[in-house]
Amino acid sequence: MARMSMIEAIRDAIDLSMEADPTVVVFGEDVGYFGGVFRCTSGLQKKYGSHRCFDTPISENGIVGAAVGMAANGLRPCVEIQFADYMYPAYDQIVSEAARLRHRSAGMFTAPLVVRMPTGGGIMGGQTHSQSPEALFAHVAGLKTVIPSTPADAKGLLAAAIADDDPVIFLEPKRLYNGPFDGHHDRPVRPWSKSELGEVPSGPHEIPLGKANVLRAGADVTVLTYGTMVHVALTAVEESGIDAEVIDLRTLVPLDLDTIEESVRKTGRCVIVHEATRTCGFGAELMATVSEECLYSLEAPPIRVTGWDTPYPHSQEWDYFPSPARVAAALKQVLES
Amino acid sequence: MSDPFLHVPEPGCRPGDAPDFSDVVIPKAGAVPRPAIDVDAEEIRNLAYSIIRVTNKKGEAVGDWAGSVDLDQALIGLRDMLRLRAMDARMVIAQRQGKTSFYMQALGEEAVSCAFQRALEKGDMNFPTYRQQGLLVAADYPIELMMNQVYSNEGDPLQGRQMPVFYSSRDYGYFSISGNLGTQYIQAVGWAMANAIKGERKVASAWIGDGATAESDFHAAMVFASTYKPPVILNIVNNQWAISTYQGIARGNSGTFAARGLGFGIPSLRVDGNDYLAVHAVATWAAERARKGLGPTLIEHVTYRDGPHSTSDDPTAYRPKGEAEKWPLGDPVERLKEYLIKQGHWSEERHTQAVAEIEAEVLETQKKAEATGTLQDGRRPPPSEMFEDVYATPPAHLVRQRQKAGI
Ligand SMILES: Cc1ncc(C[n+]2csc(CCOP(=O)(O)OP(=O)(O)O)c2C)c(N)n1
Repeated sequence: MARMSMIEAIRDAIDLSMEADPTVVVFGEDVGYFGGVFRCTSGLQKKYGSHRCFDTPISENGIVGAAVGMAANGLRPCVEIQFADYMYPAYDQIVSEAARLRHRSAGMFTAPLVVRMPTGGGIMGGQTHSQSPEALFAHVAGLKTVIPSTPADAKGLLAAAIADDDPVIFLEPKRLYNGPFDGHHDRPVRPWSKSELGEVPSGPHEIPLGKANVLRAGADVTVLTYGTMVHVALTAVEESGIDAEVIDLRTLVPLDLDTIEESVRKTGRCVIVHEATRTCGFGAELMATVSEECLYSLEAPPIRVTGWDTPYPHSQEWDYFPSPARVAAALKQVLES
Repeated sequence: MSDPFLHVPEPGCRPGDAPDFSDVVIPKAGAVPRPAIDVDAEEIRNLAYSIIRVTNKKGEAVGDWAGSVDLDQALIGLRDMLRLRAMDARMVIAQRQGKTSFYMQALGEEAVSCAFQRALEKGDMNFPTYRQQGLLVAADYPIELMMNQVYSNEGDPLQGRQMPVFYSSRDYGYFSISGNLGTQYIQAVGWAMANAIKGERKVASAWIGDGATAESDFHAAMVFASTYKPPVILNIVNNQWAISTYQGIARGNSGTFAARGLGFGIPSLRVDGNDYLAVHAVATWAAERARKGLGPTLIEHVTYRDGPHSTSDDPTAYRPKGEAEKWPLGDPVERLKEYLIKQGHWSEERHTQAVAEIEAEVLETQKKAEATGTLQDGRRPPPSEMFEDVYATPPAHLVRQRQKAGI
């Protein structure tokens, strides 16, 4: 075990993957010499050379398009989009190309690539450095979508993502990066997760995609959540004293249906928490799944706590970000109904 | 690690090396002729590879491009740049003090935006990227309002919704800034096409950094501009660095950014971006072309980003120490000052006094803005603001969410 920030854990996962597999290549804006604006890839160019870790032009479309071509030709690109908000120019390559290549070519060509991107708010990034676009990926057949909530998970899930034979979208909650450079390193960052450093297994470490993590067993209500909101939910449960089962989904696709259904059937109640906007968010999918699969066990309608359906504001961001108070209110409501 | 089959461009020097600009070819001031405004792109191919310069080392304005600015206008230009520099300096300190979340300064690039703006007319529209606050300053937009936005205080014209430096002012010809690089470039072309369709003789000017020219939107803009030839000026600010990535990565190791216009048949030229008089002259030339219906012009402004990319950046990690001081085109403020002194229209004493006056005035403005509030002290636009302006009329689901939020 070692104590690491999420940034260090991510770097560790990439480093070990590059070491173990010479086909792993890493590129993106500023990721080479400088090691990325969040420093997730620092030191890798020095260690593996500029053919395996390099800077790209500012062209997200180019980054992902090139990754598709390389992946189809036997490499395993693990590319970085500087902020998830900037993946839209790459969206066509992700959705129309990476996601479908295997299917449309009957397996003749595949795209085993990882697109890493910092996601979510909480660092005063305003509307273009704060978005949570996971639903836009989860909706696309052929993609896997992963969001870790701790340094150890980040390491294990990223290693699994790089080794995976399908295209994986790897969303990194930047609120939890907590490194010396969080995008605004001149400003003190209030810790949200309990510890900025986490216990991370040393050496190779993989967490299978598609397995949720029951973080806290409970009898009265199931909380389904992921990413930064895991920590918000845990705080809410702790402060409200409610006996809730808290499940960190870890991967949205593939979704761990068994764990979700088992828990909701046991507790009979469900609160879903995510930071992304509400309408057509991933919460709607969870709600539908729970309603379809667990209807006869439900003792109350499930509730969603989400970001509002507005662009992400700069100075009012703590009113946008779902708070422990909002989650606790939802827990009470679902218990009372 | 070099392999002729895969070329990863590297800058000539890195931290630990001595700064070296020997590969930047700088022609003499006055050396580049000024073509007629109805010139063909083909006839001026060489202007996409040279650099138009007016002010020489001795502080004289020389060559065909001199004379677009009279002495009083030059003095206004100097004051614009000093105000911009003073405002940037104050806001960087304010960010360090936690009064705002973030800031980006235009240090070293002041001439580009300030001179360009003074060549525009009321009703023209800029589509800036985020380092062109000089366009607002030189349009005499109130600095207090800019500071209010930087502080996200109660006087913020954008109600706390946008980050610092992402300004917006329809009245002052400053299109709302997006954080997404490049998107504004094609929008500028669309705005110019609308001017043409509506029969308005106004100009749109698009702005992009050297790094962001790699975005698809840049290429879309070039295609539309060359096809429809609307009254648009396509500006590229080549300040050598895109965060840690040097300009050779976006450009490839050949040609110039301006040369990208040639394949589209767009008259393309490079200008000394640290020479106020040269930028003004080229902007005037391009604007005249646009106003006469002669179509788009592409201008590469050759300059250097003296400061960090933003307050979140540490350039000592990727640039050699002292590189800024070695930049061969000098400092735009110093150069215009020297010119004015040489013309007998200014003096070292008056300059020192003017700097002091402007700094005091900017400090005064900052105090006023801080009296309205800072990000830190809580006097911010109310959270309810985030629900406003999402749609023209709030739909039912949003009304419900707002009620739920209790704001
Ligand atoms: C679509 C998109 N991708 C990435 C970014 C992150 N980013 C912000 S500024 C920047 C560098 C821009 O460099 P350049 O265009 O040369 O302008 P400069 O900062 O030098 O003025 C990057 C990569 C972004 N804002 N938008």
